[in-house]
Amino acid sequence: MAVGARRLVVGAHYGLRDWLMQRATAVVLAGYLLLLALQIALARPIDYDAWSGIFASLGMKIATLIAFVALAYHGWIGMRDIWMDYVRPTAVRVLLQLGTILWLAACLAWAVHILWMV
Amino acid sequence: MSARRVIRNISIPDLVRYRLPVPGMLSILHRVSGALMVVALPFVLWLFELSLRSESSWAQLRRGAAGWLVRIVLVVLAWALVHHALAGLRHLLLDLDLGVDRAQARRSAWIVFAISLPLALWAALIIFGVL
Repeated sequence: MAVGARRLVVGAHYGLRDWLMQRATAVVLAGYLLLLALQIALARPIDYDAWSGIFASLGMKIATLIAFVALAYHGWIGMRDIWMDYVRPTAVRVLLQLGTILWLAACLAWAVHILWMV
Repeated sequence: MSARRVIRNISIPDLVRYRLPVPGMLSILHRVSGALMVVALPFVLWLFELSLRSESSWAQLRRGAAGWLVRIVLVVLAWALVHHALAGLRHLLLDLDLGVDRAQARRSAWIVFAISLPLALWAALIIFGVL
């Protein structure tokens, strides 16, 4: 689709969705940080029992898992933007993007494992 | 037709002479801090696992985190989190058309640094056991 005389707009139109999701996940993460800070403030002084107690409830597990999913999505968009800005050769960029997805997916799986250990 | 002004990207050697305005500094550090946190995510998860697995791994973490290398990484990550969160909040406000004109944008960039750097220093003092 041509916009104006020079600008050719093409693509799958995932740009706007990702732009919006980057902001939505940012709000989720900011909210989670406040929730966690509140939980820590309420559980003080922090020893092992107090700390693990925070993550023992199902509600906090779910909130933390949602935060990790938001983190993975947010991190993906941010890293993808960085690769798109600085890495020109397509093959290298696609490899880096694939590596980023695997990196974040592995971290997400690990986070689930840790959360349900408590 | 008047001559079009030539706009070009600066090249790498120009970077040392380039005076980046404060909002630009904030913005590039937002990117750097975000990338740092993604790279360090396994390290943070490793600490998170040690902190939750058992009473003894918690104690092991408290001893292990006493190493200066771990402490330095933690201080850098604490700065990254605070800077990224506050600069991100500023970007969200800009998206809502708040504080978009140049003077306001410069002021809010200074405010982010004025809050994030003392907070990072506070975190550093806690991490190094001064507080």
